[in-house]
Amino acid sequence: MSPKKLNLKDKYKLLTRDLDWEFSYEDRKEAFPYEEFEGIKITDWDKWEDPFRLTMESYWKYQAEKEKKLYAIYDAFAQNNGQTNVTDARYVNAIKLFLTGVSPGEHAAHLGFAFTGRQMGGIGARVAAQMQSIDELRHIQTQIHAMSHYNKFFDGFDEFNHMHDRLWYLSVPKSFFEDARTAGPFEFMIAIGFSFEYVLTNLLFVPFMSGAAYNGDMATVTFGFSAQSDEARHMTLGLEIIKFLLEQHEDNLPIVQKWLDKWLWRGYRLLTLVAMMMDYMLPQKVMSWQEAWELYFEDAAGALFKDLERYGIKMPDYTDTIKQEKEHLSHQAWWIFYQYTHAAAFHTWTPTAEEMDWLSEKYPDTFDKYYRPRWELAAEMEAKGERFYTTGLPQLCQTCQIPMAFTEMSDPTQVSYRESIYNDERFHFCSDPCKSIFDNEPEKYVNAWLPVHQILQGNCGGGGLDKVMEYYHLDDGVANLEFEGSPDAERWKEWKGVA
Amino acid sequence: MTIRALRDDYHGEFKDSLEKFGGAQLVYLGWDKHQMFCSSRAFPLPPEMRFQELLDNVMPEAFGQHPEFTQIDWNKAQWILDNSAFQPDHSKSLTELDIGHKSLLRLVTPELTGYKGAGI
Repeated sequence: MSPKKLNLKDKYKLLTRDLDWEFSYEDRKEAFPYEEFEGIKITDWDKWEDPFRLTMESYWKYQAEKEKKLYAIYDAFAQNNGQTNVTDARYVNAIKLFLTGVSPGEHAAHLGFAFTGRQMGGIGARVAAQMQSIDELRHIQTQIHAMSHYNKFFDGFDEFNHMHDRLWYLSVPKSFFEDARTAGPFEFMIAIGFSFEYVLTNLLFVPFMSGAAYNGDMATVTFGFSAQSDEARHMTLGLEIIKFLLEQHEDNLPIVQKWLDKWLWRGYRLLTLVAMMMDYMLPQKVMSWQEAWELYFEDAAGALFKDLERYGIKMPDYTDTIKQEKEHLSHQAWWIFYQYTHAAAFHTWTPTAEEMDWLSEKYPDTFDKYYRPRWELAAEMEAKGERFYTTGLPQLCQTCQIPMAFTEMSDPTQVSYRESIYNDERFHFCSDPCKSIFDNEPEKYVNAWLPVHQILQGNCGGGGLDKVMEYYHLDDGVANLEFEGSPDAERWKEWKGVA
Repeated sequence: MTIRALRDDYHGEFKDSLEKFGGAQLVYLGWDKHQMFCSSRAFPLPPEMRFQELLDNVMPEAFGQHPEFTQIDWNKAQWILDNSAFQPDHSKSLTELDIGHKSLLRLVTPELTGYKGAGI
C-alpha cells in the first residue's frame, strides 16, 4: 500500500506551523531571550498570518527554477560581450556604487533576518524571516555574479568586500544596517522588513533596475527581475509585521511609531546615493530623484500610511523636511563625491551641457540658482588643468555618517549644523532628525566608527593618504579620480574606435 | 533612557574621545557660504597651537583652493565657535580660547559672497 498523500493544506500546516513544539522542560523566555527587552508586547503568536504561504519545499523549487534562467542569461551576456552594449562607460560607475554600497547590505539583511528568524517567538514569523534571510543571501550572490563580468573590464569592482568595512562613504550603508542589526528583533523587522523593504524599496530597486534597462545593462536588469518576486514576498512580510505588532497590544503603538520616524529618516539618508545616481550618474536618465520621490513615496507611501491610520499610526516625522530637500539632495551629494573622488572607488565627472539643461528643467527652482555655478566653477578649474580635488577630510554626521554637506532649507547656501553634548563630549549632526535619533540613544551612537576620525586616530594604515589608500585596497590612479582620462574611459574609446 | 539594550548596564564605547588622538584634539573648520567645499573639515591640532598659527598654517590647507581665499582680511573676519559669536585673540592658544575637542569653528566673511556671488 502506498503512503497516503497529504493534501496541500495539511502539508502546509505540517511544514510550517507544525515545526514548532511545546516547551516541556525549558523556560520559553530563556529560549527567546530577545523577545521582551524592546517593550513590545505579544499576547498571541497564533494570530500571525503567514505572509508567504510557502513551504520550504516549494520555496526551494521556485528559487531553483529562477536561478537556472538567471544564470543562462548571465552566460549569454558574457559570451556576447554585453559590457560593450551599455550606453557609455560612465554608466558602469553606477553599478560600482551598487556592488560596493548596496550588495553588502543584502548580506547584512541576510544576517539580520537570520537573527529574527531565530529570535521571534512565533513559528510563522520565524519561518518567514528565515526564508527572507535565504533570499537576501541569494541576492548578494546573484549580484556578485552579475557584476563579475564587468569586473573583467572595468576598475573598482574587485575589492568591494574589503572596501565595505573601510571606505568612508561605505560606512553610510554599513552603519545603517549595523544600527538595525544591533537593535532587538522587532526594531529590526520594522527598520528593514517594513520601513526599508516595504516603504522605501521601490526607491532603491526601481531606479537601479530601470537605470540598467535604459542604459543597456542586461545583466543588472536580469538580476533585478529575478529578485522581484522575492521582493514582493518581503513586502508582504513587512506589512504583516507592522499590522501584527499593532494588533497585538495598544502599548506597541508608540514604540512602533518611534521606530517608523527613525527608520524612514535613516533609510532616506541612505538613499542619498540613489538620488545622485539617478540625476548625475546615468548617461540615459530614467526620471529625476524628485520625480521618483513623489511617485514612490509621496503618492504610494502616502496611501499606505493613510491605511495605517486606523491603528493610530501617523505619517512619520520629518517627511516635510524630505519633501523640501528633494530639490537639493542629489546636487549636494554628487558635489561631495566629485571633490572627494580621489578617495572613492569610482569615477566622477562634471555634467555635460545637455545634462545641465536636463537638471535645470527638472529642478527649475534650485539648479540654476544654487548648483549650476558649482559645475561652472569645476569646469573652469578643469579647463585650467586644475581639476578640483579638495584637500583635508570632511566632518561627518555622527548618525548618518555622511559629510556635513546638507544645507538649511530656509537658506540653501548655509550648511545645517546641529550638535549635542553628551557626557561632556560634543557630537555633530547634519540635521534635526539625525540629532534626535542620537539624543534618543546616545550610548548607541557614541560607538560609531566614523571613517574620518579613524583615519585621524591612525587606525587606517597610519600615516598619510597613500597609506590610507593601501588600507582601502584602492588602486590609486586607476579606480579613483576623474572619469575623463581614466583607464576605464580609455579602454572604452578603444573598443568603440574613438580617438 | 540612553539606549534600549538587552542589559541595563550596557554602555557604548566613546570611539572619538580626546585621548584617542595621540595628544591632538579635533577641530572642525567651516567657511560659511563658501560651498565650493562640500563640508566643514576635521583637523587634529595640538591644544597649545596659537590662533595665529591656525590662521597661518591650517586655514590655507582647509580653504586655500578657493579663489577668494587670498582676499580674506583676517582682521575683519568674523567667527562662530560652537554656534556662538567668537572674537579670538590671535596670540592665544586653542585651550586658552576654549576651542575644545570636537569644537566647530566657522569663518564668516560677509563681504566675500563666493564664486559668482552664489555662496559657493
